[in-house]
Amino acid sequence: MAAWNMLTLVGADRSGIVAQVTRTLYQLGGNLGEASMIRLGGNFTIMLMVRGDFSTEAMLEALAPVSAKLDLRVHVDAVRGELHQHQVPNFQVRVNGADRAGIVAEVTAILAALGFNILELDSNVAGEVNQPLYLMNIQGFCDAPLKALENALAPLIAQGVAVTVTPLELMIG
Amino acid sequence: MAILDILKLPDSRLKQVSQPVTQFDAALQHFIADLEATRQAGPSAVGIAAPQVACFQRMVIVDVSGRPKTPNHGYLVLINPEIVHWEGHAIGREGCLSVPDYTGNVIRATAIRLRAQDCDGQLHEFEMEGYEARAVQHEMDHLDGLLFVDRVVSRRTDLYRRKSARLD
Repeated sequence: MAAWNMLTLVGADRSGIVAQVTRTLYQLGGNLGEASMIRLGGNFTIMLMVRGDFSTEAMLEALAPVSAKLDLRVHVDAVRGELHQHQVPNFQVRVNGADRAGIVAEVTAILAALGFNILELDSNVAGEVNQPLYLMNIQGFCDAPLKALENALAPLIAQGVAVTVTPLELMIG
Repeated sequence: MAILDILKLPDSRLKQVSQPVTQFDAALQHFIADLEATRQAGPSAVGIAAPQVACFQRMVIVDVSGRPKTPNHGYLVLINPEIVHWEGHAIGREGCLSVPDYTGNVIRATAIRLRAQDCDGQLHEFEMEGYEARAVQHEMDHLDGLLFVDRVVSRRTDLYRRKSARLD
């Protein structure tokens, strides 16, 4: 089985990027794995696992016409791919506050000190143009109890950043 | 008792709509025992539906009594179940014996009133909330050929929804 590559792609958002990129990879003989694709600040971004019997250079070469046409920046790295090994998050951390530098660094430093492993993080700058609001949503796994997370985050909350931690319950049926 | 084979996606039989149970006999009791043994043999499932083992009749088993601090009605065999009232909605993470290695967020009613028959055909009514109500809704979906993957919502969508209409 061929090794996995991680394809990273960024370009101004427009209709048809996914269709044309994945068609090209399919025609090259590529097989797709897990992916994250999302619009960030008007850019469309792709992180995509791809494998096939071709070199990373061949993949970039095949994508060159589409990249040029849609003005996309594409990057490929060989990676270790592990399918069928999903980790299930047991905590959700929601953050919101007046947008300022440092919120992410401060929240995640506290979480990291407790061994919290971030499995997914998304953030948005919303609110009004002259009064931006920063919103962040983290899902991850941590062995520490809820109280320990809340206590560790309390000083930050006292400074006016709204942070809530919610245990996530998985129901298997 | 036997451990039955569990149908897994993409098996199209999971999309089949199950038929009402009409015979409350020894064969039914025997099947329920096998279904429960199959649930217990799996990875910590709190429920199982008959169609998950290719029996397309309207019956499910739910038991959330093993979870601490969870309101529950104990071990429940629900035959021909019907939800007659829904209240509230919340997002929660679900997994399924029929969809290994995948979990996703699903919106479910937070409280339900349920009518169902037991193994002997007796009709009962239950008021359920939270985790137990979620488990019942998940299992009952199987009876209509629906899986939780048909209802998964994106976490990013949740964030926006919460801003306009609190869902939890």
